[in-house]
Amino acid sequence: MSGIVVKGFGAVSPAGWGAEALLNACRRGESAPFKEVACPGYKNPLKARFVPVASPKSAFTAHPRLRRTSPIAQFAVGAALEALGPDTPLIQNGARRLGIVYCSTSGCVNFSRRFYDETLKDASTASPVIFPETVFNAPSSHLGALLGSQGINYTIVGDQGTFLQGLALAADWLEADRVESCLVIGAEELDWLIAEAFDLFHRNKPISEGAGALHLAKRAPGGPAVNLQAVTQPQFFSTRADRRAAAERARKELGPQAEGDLLCDGIQGVPRLDRDEQQAWSGWGGERWSPKALLGEGFMAGAAWQCVAAVAALSSGLCDNATVSVLGFNQQAIAARFGKS
Amino acid sequence: MARMDRASKLLLHAATEAWTQSGWQACENLPLVLGTTGGGMNLGEAVYRQAIAAPLSRRSQASRVIHYQPPRQAIDLMEAFGFSGPVTIIANACASGANAIGHAWELIRFGRAERVLAGGYEGLSQLIFSGFDSLQALSPTVCRPFDAQRDGLALGEGAAVLTLETLESAARRNAVILGEIVGYGAVTDSHHLTQPHPQGDAALAAMNAACASAGLTAQSIGYVNAHGTGTPLNDSAEAAALNRWAGARATTLPVSSTKSSVGHLLGAAGAVEVVICLMSLCGRWLPPTSTLQTKEAACTFPVLRKAVDAKIEYALTNSFGFGGANASVIVRRWS
Repeated sequence: MSGIVVKGFGAVSPAGWGAEALLNACRRGESAPFKEVACPGYKNPLKARFVPVASPKSAFTAHPRLRRTSPIAQFAVGAALEALGPDTPLIQNGARRLGIVYCSTSGCVNFSRRFYDETLKDASTASPVIFPETVFNAPSSHLGALLGSQGINYTIVGDQGTFLQGLALAADWLEADRVESCLVIGAEELDWLIAEAFDLFHRNKPISEGAGALHLAKRAPGGPAVNLQAVTQPQFFSTRADRRAAAERARKELGPQAEGDLLCDGIQGVPRLDRDEQQAWSGWGGERWSPKALLGEGFMAGAAWQCVAAVAALSSGLCDNATVSVLGFNQQAIAARFGKS
Repeated sequence: MARMDRASKLLLHAATEAWTQSGWQACENLPLVLGTTGGGMNLGEAVYRQAIAAPLSRRSQASRVIHYQPPRQAIDLMEAFGFSGPVTIIANACASGANAIGHAWELIRFGRAERVLAGGYEGLSQLIFSGFDSLQALSPTVCRPFDAQRDGLALGEGAAVLTLETLESAARRNAVILGEIVGYGAVTDSHHLTQPHPQGDAALAAMNAACASAGLTAQSIGYVNAHGTGTPLNDSAEAAALNRWAGARATTLPVSSTKSSVGHLLGAAGAVEVVICLMSLCGRWLPPTSTLQTKEAACTFPVLRKAVDAKIEYALTNSFGFGGANASVIVRRWS
């Protein structure tokens, strides 16, 4: 996998639109503010960390496919276009075959809830404009349309570790010459239904929303680059298997800590949630960032922020290597390492 | 089982049949690749109904939230058969099942795995039914794919699971081989979120990509199991794509849509239709478009009205989904 480089990265998070806002939040240890989420019937609203309104409004929202999309599509496209950067015209004019791996845990829950609510009230008038936006792959479809890309485009769902699986899948496509570059995106959107569902398991722990994206390609001759050095096998766990042991296996598979290695972990500052990952990654000798402790549990977006923060730190010369640990809620532990070449 | 969603039960049923038939044993590091659009949508709907009707009641909500999620359905499946390994759940709308089979094949083809359990599953739900109704995509009469008077699709539900392995692995076990997957193509139609390009550009590209990966041309294909939903837009676009792809071969290429018999199984459709192709190849017959009355004029190819005996070597199946997800899979008769 050492022949795979990160050509660009992008993020939309409660810290703001752009990877720089995410990097600054991580460097300064700044927590994003809370807002209230009104849940029907609740006396005390839940709290969550929302993505601030983009100012000025992103130009891509003028595209016909993106005028009426849900927030998750806009977050995904915002992060993806930032990651593509100057390569965007190469995709749009067909000069480069792009693959897209879009990852999400909850998907377009905002429009799904709205459409189902309309169905329950009067199915005969439920909106045909909303329904197509409820499918998991709507955001990646909009992105493909915006870019005019006909290449392979997978939407994969799962717990947070799925984003790192997406990186490995993109590397496979690149190594097999299925595509010339590949976007890997993780995105989520907030809705009271998700906030309430999460609160069933973790009382008063705010969730968040946003997206992160990495643009991967094969290494080209010349010039320093950030490369994707390794992604471990997904280490499966279930109710019968030990979650901490899975995280330990991921760490062991990644090998010894490298020189000047920054760890971007998934710690949230909630002891019960963090215990397994803390123990599996105890004794880490270098600096350690925990983006989700600052920005909230962003599910797939949270894993993407960890990777974007790692790559941004490398690009800014803040470290020589960066490791990402993701311990998902209910599926897998997985880790990745980025470095400079 | 009581906590499982209907879709999970369908998945487990199909997987049991495949697992038993294959003779696979419990093991570690067996990849699982699944395709679905809704996962456990019925449970998700129940969560919402209770959240609205009794906001402060948390009774059963946590269990519903857990079992609603596709990863939980994958875990239930793995625990049922005693295996573990990486899980990939592809949600490419109605192409999900075909993508899952194709992705699993690529894992084996590129040496990432020796064996993969793969399939698609879908349970009907209010949201999905209401959604297709809102788009006026449901037939108010009878679903008649490739019929001149076609007026929409019929929704269905179900699951199909395949046990895929390398030839070497199958030979070591003295396994009964039911068929071979030889080609897979996946492309994106950026024309519209829910409508195909009128000339079937992406469908054509998917079939070409599948043929290229198999080292075949349309001349070699003996049967096409079409996506054939029965909607005016899909069938005219797919007919245009098939005409362009097959060229002169089109006039003799048998095509049918088994959605006329079992309905559109959405995320399960692609996997179920691969299984139908395998059964056809093994049994030496081709399935019909059982409801066809008057063939759409744009179809230059024969649309089978009745099941026929046929000795063919290769079958291609198409799956197209919302968002422009287009996938084609080619299977070969094992001999």
